[in-house]
Amino acid sequence: MKKFFALMMAAMMVVAMFAGCGNAEADAGTIKIGMTGPLTGGAAVYGTAVEAGMKIAVEEINAAAGEDGLKIEFKSQDDEHDAEKALNAYNTLKDWGMQFFAGAVTTAPCLSIAPSAVEDQIFMMTPSGSSEKIANSGSNIFQMCFTDPNQGANAAVLVSEKNLGTNIGIIYDSSDDYSKGLMQGFKDKAAELGLNIVCETSFTNANSSDLSTQVTQCKDEGCDFVFLPFYATEAAQVLTYANKIGYEPTFFGCDGMDGVLTSDGFNTDLAEGLILMTPFNPDAPETQDFVAKYQAMMNDVVPNQFAADGYDVIYAIYDACVATGIDGATPAADACAKLEEYFATYSFDGLTGTGMTWDASGMISKIPAAVIIENGKYVAF
Amino acid sequence: MQVLQYLINGVSIGSVYAIIALGYTMVYGIAKMLNFAHGDVIMVGAYISFCVTNYMGLPAIVSILAAMVVCTVLGILIEKLAYKPLRGTSSLAVLITAIGVSYFLQNAAQLIWGTAPKSFTSIVTFKPFSFADGALVITGEVIITIAVSILVMVGLTLFTGKTRMGKAMRAVSEDRDAAQLMGINVNQTISMTFAIGSALAAIAGVLLCSTVPTLQPTTGSMPGIRAFTAAVIGGIGSIPGAMLGGILLGIIETFSKKYISTEFSDAIVFAVLILILLVKPTGLLGKQVQEKV
Repeated sequence: MKKFFALMMAAMMVVAMFAGCGNAEADAGTIKIGMTGPLTGGAAVYGTAVEAGMKIAVEEINAAAGEDGLKIEFKSQDDEHDAEKALNAYNTLKDWGMQFFAGAVTTAPCLSIAPSAVEDQIFMMTPSGSSEKIANSGSNIFQMCFTDPNQGANAAVLVSEKNLGTNIGIIYDSSDDYSKGLMQGFKDKAAELGLNIVCETSFTNANSSDLSTQVTQCKDEGCDFVFLPFYATEAAQVLTYANKIGYEPTFFGCDGMDGVLTSDGFNTDLAEGLILMTPFNPDAPETQDFVAKYQAMMNDVVPNQFAADGYDVIYAIYDACVATGIDGATPAADACAKLEEYFATYSFDGLTGTGMTWDASGMISKIPAAVIIENGKYVAF
Repeated sequence: MQVLQYLINGVSIGSVYAIIALGYTMVYGIAKMLNFAHGDVIMVGAYISFCVTNYMGLPAIVSILAAMVVCTVLGILIEKLAYKPLRGTSSLAVLITAIGVSYFLQNAAQLIWGTAPKSFTSIVTFKPFSFADGALVITGEVIITIAVSILVMVGLTLFTGKTRMGKAMRAVSEDRDAAQLMGINVNQTISMTFAIGSALAAIAGVLLCSTVPTLQPTTGSMPGIRAFTAAVIGGIGSIPGAMLGGILLGIIETFSKKYISTEFSDAIVFAVLILILLVKPTGLLGKQVQEKV
C-alpha cells in the first residue's frame, strides 16, 4: 500500500512539473491580465460587475486587435471579499503567469494583496479599492477610483460652489472605513471652505437596522442639506423614513450609493432630487454602447460605476502597454517598471472621465462628476 | 416636543421587538427551548410577503396571510425535522441545533432571493399624523404595530388561559411527564406552539420591514437577538413580560442613541440587561420557579 502511495506521489509530481512548464511558455502577442474580486458572497454584486466590465473591454480589444495586434488573455478569481482568500487567489494568478494585476475590487483584499504585488513588482491597478492606504502601499499600486478623503473633499467643494445648503448634517457609518474616510475628507474641506456643519451623527454595522433617530436628529437641528457617505441599503432606509416624517432636505450621497435606483422594490419617487457623486452615468449618450453590451451579458442589469471602472482599468493598462511597447514576452517586473514611469505623464480618457492622470503615489486625479436623480434617471448635475 | 418624538420612535421600534419577543417567549415558555431560528423565520415571512405583493401584485392583506401560512408550515417542519429528534437530550444540543437552523435559513434565503437587499413597501398606506407643524410625527406603522402587538398579547393570554389547547400547553410547560399521563398529546401540543410562534413571526416580519424597509437574508438576526434580550428583560416565558421588555428596550435604545451615543447604543442596551438580571434574575415579570430536587 505504501508503495502505491509513493508511486502516486511521484506521478503527481511529474504531472505538476509538466504543468509548470506549460505555464512558463509566454506568447508575445498576448498580455496576461489577472483580476480578483468577490464573485460570490455578500459583496458579489461589486465583484461580478467589475468582472463583466473587464470582460467587455477584453472582448472589444481582442476583436479590434486583428491578426497581428496585441491581445489580452484575462483570468478572474473569486476572493469572496476575504483578505486571506484574496491572497491565495492572487498567488493562483501569479502561477498562471499574470503580468498585470487589475484588482482587487474591495478594500480589505486590496490591502492584503498590495504588499505581495510590491514584492513581486507586478503592476497593480484596483478599479474600485478606494482607501488611500492602498495607493500608499507602494509605487506600483494604482487606483482607478477616487480615494475616500479625496471624494469627500470633492463633495464639500461641490456643496460650496453650488451653494447646496447652509445648515449641513452628516450621517455616517462609524464601523466602515469607506464611510469614515469620506466623512473626514468632507469635514476637513468643509471647515476650510467655511461650511456650517450643525449635526454630525453616526451608526454602526450592528445597529444600522434602525436609522430613525439619526434622521430625526438632523431634522431637529434644522439641516437643509444632509451628507450621506454610505451604501444604497442604508440610503433607502434614510430616504424612506425622511419621507414618512415629511422631512425634505437636499440629500447628497457618494459613489457607494450608486445602485439605489435599481434596488428591488424601491420606490424611486423617494430618491427624486437625490444628488450623488458618481464618475459614471449609464443614462449619458457616450456610455450607451457599453451599457448595451453590459445588459446583453448580464440579463438586462444596468451597469454601475464598478463595471465602468473595471472597463477603464483594462483599457488604461492595454493602452499603456501599446504605447510603451510591452508585449506578452515582457517579464512582469520589467513591464511594471515601464508602466510606473509611463503613468507619471499618462493622460487617459475612459468611461469614468476624460484626461485622467495619476500622481506619484498612484492616486487618480479626474474631474469629480455628480448626478441628480430626476424622474427616476441620472441627470448630470 | 422633541423628547416626545424620540419616545414615539422608541415605542415604534420597541413594539416590533415586542411582537418578535412574544414568539420567543411563547416557544420558551412551553417547549422550554430557545428557538434562535425565530429571527430567521421572521425574515422568511417578510420575503414571502414581499414576493406576493411585488411579483404577483396581490394586496397587502393577502401577502400577510400567505406569509403566515408559509411560516406556520415552516415552523412545524423545523420542529419535526430539527428539534423533535432531540427531545429528551441535553438542552445544549437543542440550542446548537437552533443556531444551525438559523444559519440554514439565512443561507437558503441567499440562494433563493440573492444577497442584494430589497426595499420592502410598507403595508400601511394611510398618511402619518402630524402635530405642531410637523415637529411631532406619528407614522401609521407605529399605530398599527402597537395595536397588533397589544392584540396579539391579549389574544395569547386568553388563549393560554381559557382554551383547552392553551391549558394543555401550560400543563406541558409545567410538567411534561405528568401532562402525558393525563392524556395530553405532548408532541402535538409542542407542534401547535411552534405553529403559533411561527405565524406570529410572519406578522412580525411584515411589521418589522414596514418600519425598517431593508429586506435581506440577515434582516431577522439582529432584531431577533434584541427581541430575545427583550424577552429576557421582561422575564422569559411571560407574555406581558415580552411586551413590556420589547417596548422598554426600544425606548432605551432610542434614548441612548439620542442623548449618549449613536455608536454605543447596543452596549448600553446590553448593560441594562445585565443590571436587570443582577437585581431580578428572572426578569421584570418572570416567576420564581422552584427547582424540583
